[in-house]
Amino acid sequence: MEKRFVYADNSATTRVCDEAVSAMMPFFTEEYGNPSSIYPFASESKKALEGARKTVADILGAIPDEIIFTGGGTEADNHAICGVARANIKKGRHIVTSAIEHHAVLHTFERLKREGFEITYVPVDENGVVTPEALSAAVKPGTTLVSIMAANNEIGTIQPIAELARIAHEAGAVFHTDAVQAAGHIAINVREMGIDMLSLSGHKFNGPKGVGLLYVKKGTLAQRFMEGGGQEKGRRSGTENVAGIVGMAKALEISVAHMEAEAVRLGALRKKLEAGILAIPHTRLTGHPENRLPGLCSCVIEYIEGESLVLMLGLNGICASTGSACSTGSLDPSHVLMAIGLPHEVAHGSLRLSLGRYSTEEDVDYILEKLPEIVKTLRAMSPVWPGNSDGTL
Amino acid sequence: MYSEKVMDHFTHPRNVGVIEDANAVGQVGNMKCGDIMKIYMKIENEIITDVKFQTFGCGAAVATSSMATELVKGQSINDALKLTNSAVVEALEGLPPVKIHCSVLAEEAVKSAIADYYRRQGIDPEPIVGCTGDCEACHAHDHGNEE
Repeated sequence: MEKRFVYADNSATTRVCDEAVSAMMPFFTEEYGNPSSIYPFASESKKALEGARKTVADILGAIPDEIIFTGGGTEADNHAICGVARANIKKGRHIVTSAIEHHAVLHTFERLKREGFEITYVPVDENGVVTPEALSAAVKPGTTLVSIMAANNEIGTIQPIAELARIAHEAGAVFHTDAVQAAGHIAINVREMGIDMLSLSGHKFNGPKGVGLLYVKKGTLAQRFMEGGGQEKGRRSGTENVAGIVGMAKALEISVAHMEAEAVRLGALRKKLEAGILAIPHTRLTGHPENRLPGLCSCVIEYIEGESLVLMLGLNGICASTGSACSTGSLDPSHVLMAIGLPHEVAHGSLRLSLGRYSTEEDVDYILEKLPEIVKTLRAMSPVWPGNSDGTL
Repeated sequence: MYSEKVMDHFTHPRNVGVIEDANAVGQVGNMKCGDIMKIYMKIENEIITDVKFQTFGCGAAVATSSMATELVKGQSINDALKLTNSAVVEALEGLPPVKIHCSVLAEEAVKSAIADYYRRQGIDPEPIVGCTGDCEACHAHDHGNEE
């Protein structure tokens, strides 16, 4: 097959869909008014802002007033976690999260630990699931916040959010979920699932970067995060990113409209990819075999190192990711791969290929043509490869 | 992230392989840390006449192995022992700070092979070569000290 460009890193970010770009354009060029201004010219941007708020609220099962627009998923996570923890000090100082969260959550918890909060990290099973039993064992009187991600960014495992939320509530805690990887890809309804706070980010579902939102259930006690002009009803100051918000709402609308069909299509492509990877000796899949994001394929390829693999794939036009130590800039492979119990030497060979809206079967075929060759080349160079010197078994 | 030189040595590594009748073999690093370098040398009359390597590791680990073998090939043992990690970094036109330890590993791999050469002749390499880093401990990984 001729060299081609294959973008298989949709968990990192996505291409903005044409519909979102079209929806955004007028708010850069013609309707650039500040939604807070009171003259008629600004009313179009105000209307668009509130329209976007209603769109996303309807999709999530929330009411518009419960949506706070933010500058992305990280800000939403910081806001939710710090906001709830600091506002509820009179009730307690114990907060709970999982061992496999994104750094936007983990580092925020670490910051609160330095402020005197007590943290419990709930372990996960070998598939990366936070079991209800494990969460039940972690909460106690004085637990004010439980934050568990809806789906993991490295291994794709989907958490039993409704059950985990119920356990948090029984303990009297607020339940927050980082749904950055899940939103637009799996069904989420905050009311039905009992979610009190939810973070999402526009660029993970073919919307623009630098815009996200935090859903906060009415009546949830949380401190405000940004001081300033009092936008978002005083909960998040700063002039609203109208174009970005409109683009995100449009992208979410489209993602959700195609969600079921895309889950089937991407699920089939992922299965083909997985079968091709497992045909390479000494490989294994990571994450939950069924309860996972449809387009996220995660695996480990033993006896090679992930960064080398990703660089080689890149030279062949394929964009992918790894959680190896060399990619994290530390000694340890990613905390997620450690938490699911992978030995260091195996976790160094991790590979994530995440398919998305613009992925095709030709892309998968191309990956499956290049990957075995690259693995063979790297194994041939490896002093630990137990097979032949040409990289074969 | 990497210089063109690093990418060149990563994609076209020089001196990859095994020397069957090597009289000096050194291995440093370990699987747990995610990088292992093994260097084979053929030493005749104190001159490194041939050198090859095998590396498990990131792009920088492969590139530093490749460059280190290029730098010591044809050199006397004494000159090879003077190879420093910064010379490897310089020859590669720089490395990202978090990858400096790969160059340390490459320097140690060369020293480890030469130590093996002395050991095979019944000579204690320690006073000549110094610490070779080829101990069991996860060496050279205190990034703070290296950068």
